[in-house]
Amino acid sequence: MHRFDYYTPATVAEAVDLLRSKGAGGKILAGGTDLMPAMKERGRHPKYIVSLKNITELRGISFDPQSGLKVKAGTKMSALQRDPNVMRHYPVIVQGAKLIGSLQTQNLATIGGNICNAAPSADAVPALIALDATGTVHGPSGSRTVPLSQIITGPGQTSLAADEILTEVQVAAPLPRSAANYVRHVPRKELDIAIAGVGVHVQLDEALQRFTHARICLCAVAPVPLRATGAEAALVGQPATAETIEKAAQAAAADARPISDQRGSADFRRLLVHTLTARMLTASVDAIRAGR
Amino acid sequence: MAKQSFTLQVNGGTYQVFAEPNKCLHDAIRDDIGFTGTKEGCGTGDCGACTIWLDGAPVTSCLVLVGEAEGAQITTIEGLATDGVLHPLQQAFVEHHGMQCGYCIPGMLMSAAALLRDNPTANEDEIRHGIAGNLCRCTGYTKIVDAIKSVAQA
Repeated sequence: MHRFDYYTPATVAEAVDLLRSKGAGGKILAGGTDLMPAMKERGRHPKYIVSLKNITELRGISFDPQSGLKVKAGTKMSALQRDPNVMRHYPVIVQGAKLIGSLQTQNLATIGGNICNAAPSADAVPALIALDATGTVHGPSGSRTVPLSQIITGPGQTSLAADEILTEVQVAAPLPRSAANYVRHVPRKELDIAIAGVGVHVQLDEALQRFTHARICLCAVAPVPLRATGAEAALVGQPATAETIEKAAQAAAADARPISDQRGSADFRRLLVHTLTARMLTASVDAIRAGR
Repeated sequence: MAKQSFTLQVNGGTYQVFAEPNKCLHDAIRDDIGFTGTKEGCGTGDCGACTIWLDGAPVTSCLVLVGEAEGAQITTIEGLATDGVLHPLQQAFVEHHGMQCGYCIPGMLMSAAALLRDNPTANEDEIRHGIAGNLCRCTGYTKIVDAIKSVAQA
């Protein structure tokens, strides 16, 4: 690793101040599970590092049945997947958090880091976007809250300014008669990166016959975690049948914008999106009808 | 960038490390403090050889800067045995011949010990998942899993 200056501010305001005053070439260090390998092997050489480790206001999870879930950005993947409220009300978030790296990785990696690292294959992100999560960003002139889908703009790219920090992720209270699921395809059982992944979040009407709400977010098939809006439109208002699901799965495959690389071809990725979308929609409808 | 002083709590002791901030935790533990049981493998968080505990949670110490570990209780392989008596998992690895070259074993044991601490009756699937972040190129894992199972069932 090259040399760098190292700062450990105690508050978000101090961290923002540091980023503003030290200027370009800095990097925020959260869990470090991607930044550290990047600094060691991928030519990333920040002039200075602002570590978030001493900022206690960046850790914690709270849930309220009315206002929903608030996860501080420094919350670790392991803490997220063990939180009773997340497990009970947002199991899809647990599904994603459990897929990130090894158990050792999950004890370091943070939710804010997974978002701001902006990997198209980030496993914690599709569930959050499917749940219409928002993120609060702090900068020199205050804070703003934006849809998570607007934070990630490309591989490794976010809409955050260099002196802004993602501090919290919010998810609304669960909709009645709704379910959400995330799955990815990897050729190995453990420690792999998604070839393609699909997060779905659907709601049925009171008779449990029609889709009244649908969000689908695709993983690793576009430069960003991608809302499959064509597939969503194919669901809302339609009967919750195998035919509808098949049409939505086809639309999701059409929504995908995959590339071919060493992990899989674009065609294979589209096929995966089709299959995984159908599976996740079916599982979600079944779960709603079973009252789970 | 000048050297700075970092205070680390390792295996119950307090140590001052005078280092540049780009030093990784495993180097501080090995070279500055002298607990050489922790091994560096890949250096990029893939192999798990350098697994230690930060406040009881297994992490790959190659992905942790020395400064990031300040304030945490660090436990290394040297901290598993109590008063010279091997941890039951260490004894089981001896009895089941759970190592060949042995390089991965300190990290493997730190993962296994955390697993059984949190889930004392872990079954084989849970054991294999629990050590999935620790690569072994010699054993094929059979003896390692046997050793952990023998303690899980006890």
